[in-house]
Amino acid sequence: MKEKSDNTTANFNWFRMFWDGFTHMSKLGKTLWIVVIVKLIIMFAILKPIFFPDFLSSKYKSETDIGNYVGEELVDRSDTFNK
Amino acid sequence: MELLNSSLIDWSRAQFAMTAGYHWLFVPLTLGLGVIMSIMETIYVRTGDEAWKKTAKFWQTIFGINFAIGVATGIILEFQFGTNWSNYSWFVGDIFGAPLAIEGIVAFFLEATFISIMFFGWNRVSKKAHLTATWLTITGATLSAYWILVANAWMQYPVGMEFNPDTVRNEMVDFWALISSPVAINKFFHTVLSGWGLGASFAVGIGAWYLLKKRDVDFALKSIKVGAIFGLVSFVFLAVTGDGSGYHVAQKQPMKLAAMEGLYEGQHGAGLVALGMLNPAKKSYNDDVNPYIFKIELPKLLSLMGYRDANAFVPGVKDIVDGGFPVKSGETPLSFEAKKEKGKKAVKALANFQTVKKEGRDTSEYEQALKENYAYFGYGYLDKPEDIVPNVPLTFYSFHLMVMIGLYFILMFAIVWYYHGKKKMETTRWLQYVALWSIPLAYLAGQFGWIVAEVGRQPWTIQDVLPVNAAVSGLATGNVVITFMLFVLLFTALLIAEITIMVKQIKKGPEL
Repeated sequence: MKEKSDNTTANFNWFRMFWDGFTHMSKLGKTLWIVVIVKLIIMFAILKPIFFPDFLSSKYKSETDIGNYVGEELVDRSDTFNK
Repeated sequence: MELLNSSLIDWSRAQFAMTAGYHWLFVPLTLGLGVIMSIMETIYVRTGDEAWKKTAKFWQTIFGINFAIGVATGIILEFQFGTNWSNYSWFVGDIFGAPLAIEGIVAFFLEATFISIMFFGWNRVSKKAHLTATWLTITGATLSAYWILVANAWMQYPVGMEFNPDTVRNEMVDFWALISSPVAINKFFHTVLSGWGLGASFAVGIGAWYLLKKRDVDFALKSIKVGAIFGLVSFVFLAVTGDGSGYHVAQKQPMKLAAMEGLYEGQHGAGLVALGMLNPAKKSYNDDVNPYIFKIELPKLLSLMGYRDANAFVPGVKDIVDGGFPVKSGETPLSFEAKKEKGKKAVKALANFQTVKKEGRDTSEYEQALKENYAYFGYGYLDKPEDIVPNVPLTFYSFHLMVMIGLYFILMFAIVWYYHGKKKMETTRWLQYVALWSIPLAYLAGQFGWIVAEVGRQPWTIQDVLPVNAAVSGLATGNVVITFMLFVLLFTALLIAEITIMVKQIKKGPEL
């Protein structure tokens, strides 16, 4: 026997699915969305800009300068560690 | 030059290890439960049995909790590449970036698109369309894992690239070599299977909890049935791919294999340590102290696993340092000192290249010297033989505990499957307790596996090419300590949220 849901694809509407999904969300769903949003805010609005700037881009603007810097670093470190 | 010290390197490594370790608490459950819920929904679609739908929906909810809390925790590792490991990030160029970008664009969007249908689409799309969305969700998650593991495998066995001294970057010359590297393929299957095994142990363990509570028995038995079969198959294939890992490690990272086995002196027909205890009195690879307090070996198995020849020579730590040990190809492996000389030549060639380039003179002589010695570039940053020896006790015990837990799960799932088949699972309380309390073991096995893979390859970020002391950024150690602590807080909060929400949902049960 075919279920009612088998005929639903023809009437499928992406927007409606998301609208209903979010507006009729369970308490668990809402809790999880809060966790996700808070986590992403902490990661991208606090941790990344304050504690995790791109080390090389913050020192040099052009790729050539970055390449020169890394090249010099690699040469200098060999002198430091390799007696 | 920035002020560097071992404390900075240790804290940077600790921060990365801690982040990766936490991340790996979430990922394997996603990979494992994703397949389990898909199998359950497939059974529902094939049989039309509403009880299977209820079972599948419960596990989808648990999958959703784990997915929501774990999602994006891996991005923090990418933050660290740019900040803490900037030399590495620049040096690896597009080789590391390409798989990660593909992971982000293709796999993640596949996952994100179909997960919405999976959660919101019940009764909106046909059963088959919903089932397709469920399978595509876990396919997307698994493909994500593939691209990440391609990047990791490249660090263990760098292929398909050429170093450009002009940009100081490795440039991809063979994308196919990168994505089809035998190390990457084996690593992918081994890692994903470990996730499947963990998901199976979770489903069986939670099913057992319901049996212990004498509630939702039909649901519990269905979860146990799928979990036990899936778990048994996963762990058997884990053993097969584990053997593949051992083979690749022997070929590409012999020092890691020596550390895994606590093997200091190489031998022909080497045995695999089944059970053993290392001697803490052994302080150096070069002293005469017996490395073991005791060991029970499976004769010749290490040679067989590593070289597919029961009498092959397996080099120990000392042999790899000294070089010159017998290998099948007939070549003579170089000693540490010889590799160091080549590494110094490569770094010197890079320095000269930079100088003459600035002066506008011909660089070809130095490009050639760099090319000839580049395979040992990283040895130019190492001082003494001990620098290439990883932490042997940590690698040894992690490896053996991982293998023991893997074998334990083969036995446990076989017993659970047998008892389920005999319809005794519901009444065998000791087995219910065993299944429930085995869940943490699956997590431990995964963590041990990554410790073997990552600690065992120290000091390298890229095998033989870039050690950690050249890869790390010249940050203030204090900053790294602060961010380490911040991550401990963030991840612990996420873990507490995961456990709290999950326990609440499990107690609520499958009546959705």
